[in-house]
Amino acid sequence: MMRRRTTLLTSCTALVLALGATACGGGPVTAGGGDKALSGQTVTVAGVWSGSEQENFQKVLDAFSEKTGAKTQFVSTGDNVSTVVGSKIEGGNAPDVVMVPQVGVLQQFAKEDWLKPLSKTAQQSVDANYADVWKTYGSVDGTLYGLYFKAAHKSTVWYSPDALAQAGVEPPKTYEEMLEAGQTVSDSGLAAFAVAGQDGWTLTDWFENIYLSQAGPEKYDALAAHELKWTDPTVVEALTTLGKLFKDKQLVAGGQKGALNTDFPGSVEKVFGPKPEAGMVYEGDFVAGVAKDQFGKSIGEDANFFPFPAVDGNTAPVVSGGDAAVVLKDGKNAEAGMELLEYLATPEAAAVWAEAGGFLSPNKKLDLASYGDDVTRATAESLVGAGDSVRFDMSDQAPAAFGGTKGAGEWKILQDFLRDPSDPKGTAAELEDAAAKAYGN
Amino acid sequence: MTATLVKEASPPAAAGAGSGRRPRRRGRIVALLFVFPALLLLGALVVYPVLFSVGRSFFDASGTQFVGGDNYTEMFRDPATLKAVRNTAIWVVVAPTLLTGLGLILAVLVEKVRWATAFKLLLFMPMAVSFLAAGIIFRLAYDEDPDKGVLNAAVVGVHDAFQGTSSYPTARARDGQGMTKEAGGAYRTTAGVSPGDTVALGLVGVLPGDLPGDAGPAYPAAERKAAPGELRGVVYLDFTPGGGGEQGRVDRRESGLPEMTVEAVRDGRTAGTTTTASDGSFRFEGLEAGSYTVRLPASNFAPPYEGVSWLGPALVTPAIIGAYLWIWTGFAMVLIGAGLSTLPRDALEAARMDGANEWQIFRKITVPLLAPVLTVVFVTLMINVMKVFDLVYIIAPGPVQEDATVLATQMWLVSFGGGNDQGLGSALGVLLLLLVIPAMVFNVRRFRRSQR
Repeated sequence: MMRRRTTLLTSCTALVLALGATACGGGPVTAGGGDKALSGQTVTVAGVWSGSEQENFQKVLDAFSEKTGAKTQFVSTGDNVSTVVGSKIEGGNAPDVVMVPQVGVLQQFAKEDWLKPLSKTAQQSVDANYADVWKTYGSVDGTLYGLYFKAAHKSTVWYSPDALAQAGVEPPKTYEEMLEAGQTVSDSGLAAFAVAGQDGWTLTDWFENIYLSQAGPEKYDALAAHELKWTDPTVVEALTTLGKLFKDKQLVAGGQKGALNTDFPGSVEKVFGPKPEAGMVYEGDFVAGVAKDQFGKSIGEDANFFPFPAVDGNTAPVVSGGDAAVVLKDGKNAEAGMELLEYLATPEAAAVWAEAGGFLSPNKKLDLASYGDDVTRATAESLVGAGDSVRFDMSDQAPAAFGGTKGAGEWKILQDFLRDPSDPKGTAAELEDAAAKAYGN
Repeated sequence: MTATLVKEASPPAAAGAGSGRRPRRRGRIVALLFVFPALLLLGALVVYPVLFSVGRSFFDASGTQFVGGDNYTEMFRDPATLKAVRNTAIWVVVAPTLLTGLGLILAVLVEKVRWATAFKLLLFMPMAVSFLAAGIIFRLAYDEDPDKGVLNAAVVGVHDAFQGTSSYPTARARDGQGMTKEAGGAYRTTAGVSPGDTVALGLVGVLPGDLPGDAGPAYPAAERKAAPGELRGVVYLDFTPGGGGEQGRVDRRESGLPEMTVEAVRDGRTAGTTTTASDGSFRFEGLEAGSYTVRLPASNFAPPYEGVSWLGPALVTPAIIGAYLWIWTGFAMVLIGAGLSTLPRDALEAARMDGANEWQIFRKITVPLLAPVLTVVFVTLMINVMKVFDLVYIIAPGPVQEDATVLATQMWLVSFGGGNDQGLGSALGVLLLLLVIPAMVFNVRRFRRSQR
């Protein structure tokens, strides 16, 4: 009984505080204010980040505190955001702001009616500072809930400049050139690509890049929503294109068998490790982090990237991902949380993390000079420059059973395809079966 | 349990027919009172979840739609589940049998060792390692790359000690530049050559760092003219570091490939064999006039032996069972050892007096007398094996997960690990329960009988 009374008391206090915040928030508290209007409030933020990412995000939060006087607290949820946040809401201890790492989770939260739509100010910032595509991915049924603060660029092919110089080739501009360059690299004694076949998600990323460039964004969106069947000829064509690379023993380090036995860190090691076996590795911007932290490579000198080249003379793909900030209705200081979002939408907030490194911002108003090194700057430029043609990682948009489960769905089927790429049509049919089951349509 | 309680609570003998009734009822109430907490816990933690799972297995993924037996038919239609059933069957048959056998042998042998306790302790130690940690250890030990996996390092080491390795496993010729690949992996010149000719055999795919230390430029050797009656040539790396070289020609900076075996073949018969010098040059002398092919035998290019793919689709289940044995052998040995120490010594002594040898004693006396203990160990392990999860989940790499899956992992995968179909998961759980029940009943019966 005693306990319940305390809880009641706390929530009353919280309510009063929240009301107070609304009252204060009524005035024009803009990002440039710095009037400490939120003193005494604590904004709780939950997200998947830990380690250096958490530290750097804390710097952003500190800058927010500096400006508004609100205290902030970051809670790391581990990988499974939706479960953790769900149980916290049920336990009456909801965080105010959640950094959601996948579109699917954002949609799930919106459907559960947990989210507060973005405030006017935040919406205006999004309209002014972001390409429309980010607004689309932050909206559910026409209402904007999510603000993409951090982005990932998943259309980067990383190479060892030494290996390419040794082979005498330049970073290629088209997919065909890339295969040709790969052939030359392999003549020089190194395999062309390290493929991380043991981790299914790297294979889905390969497929998505080829498909986005070859079939175009409209088909990509339709396939991501499973409005287009996987048996569509465009899928078969993309698989055929991918298979051409996969089955070439000279292009893939260790052949198909070696690739299936390589995990993602292993594939980076094959290019940037002490005993290089391949010249290039395809994956997102985070390859740089692994190459730098684990293998001591200096990015820009010992490791560099070129954008995933265009397939069949179309435009080059830009596959992306990102963490969206959302405000929970049940948060105790949701109003203050919304102000945090308004702050996160400003280039000023993005600059704080950009200077610290390991960060890409989809905010086009962010001065590219804020990035600490040339390679990150180039990645950011490519991401922002792609504007509305950016597409989110398709497997992240799919139900987990299809696009995110070890040993099942798309991961498993593409691994089988890597083992034996001879039948793209059959693989497409298998993908369709699995997708139909997972999407339930 | 209940029976004993009741027995103790009620007085030893009812004094009179009429007055005995009340104490007996009181005894029963007291008994119930004592049993109640246990029953409550049992009900809340075992009976209720079991019944709930059974009920849940008749509903669909969302839990709102009654689907009858659909989950059960789906279960036996899904190839992954069928594989799980098959693998579980292999596990249940193989693992307890091997474990009981190994445990028995070790227990009997350990009895005869001086440092029995130390030895037992050592064998029992893996039991102290968590399954997760053991899984990670074995995942590494089984790794296919000999630089990482200790098992393959041993296999490859032994193999290479007998077979030797080739010097240029990655080398190959470009297509259409004067060399043809034979089915066995050897290369030969496409056109015939005769004594007095000089040939240049260009290969690619060798890292400059992998060349033998004494390898020198092939250009001077390629320029040298052959004497009459002499067939000479050069095997070289047709790739200029940094690019720029012309394909099919010996450029100035291109290196020779030393220690390459070269054969001169005429009409299918080898007329001469030689090895290239440090600049990649070779020559055949004293060949009869005529047309020859120059051949680089496959032994130059034999790929390195890659060892056994322990975690490939074929071997993954045996490999995981191996890891399981490592953990549980100590347990089986200690239990059987305990049974062994209670064996009546006189029977063994008597057999020895009668002149039975150790093998006969083992077969005719020890094993039959130990049979009850062996069965208990066997059945306990069987129950244990049926719920094996962690090892399978951790050791099997993504691409072969489906080949290694057992009922417990499959149950978790379909209900939480991405499938999100707790209806199907419950159905699998019920199947697992049905499979465990006979073993349980058997064990309980045995305990009862041995208590009597």
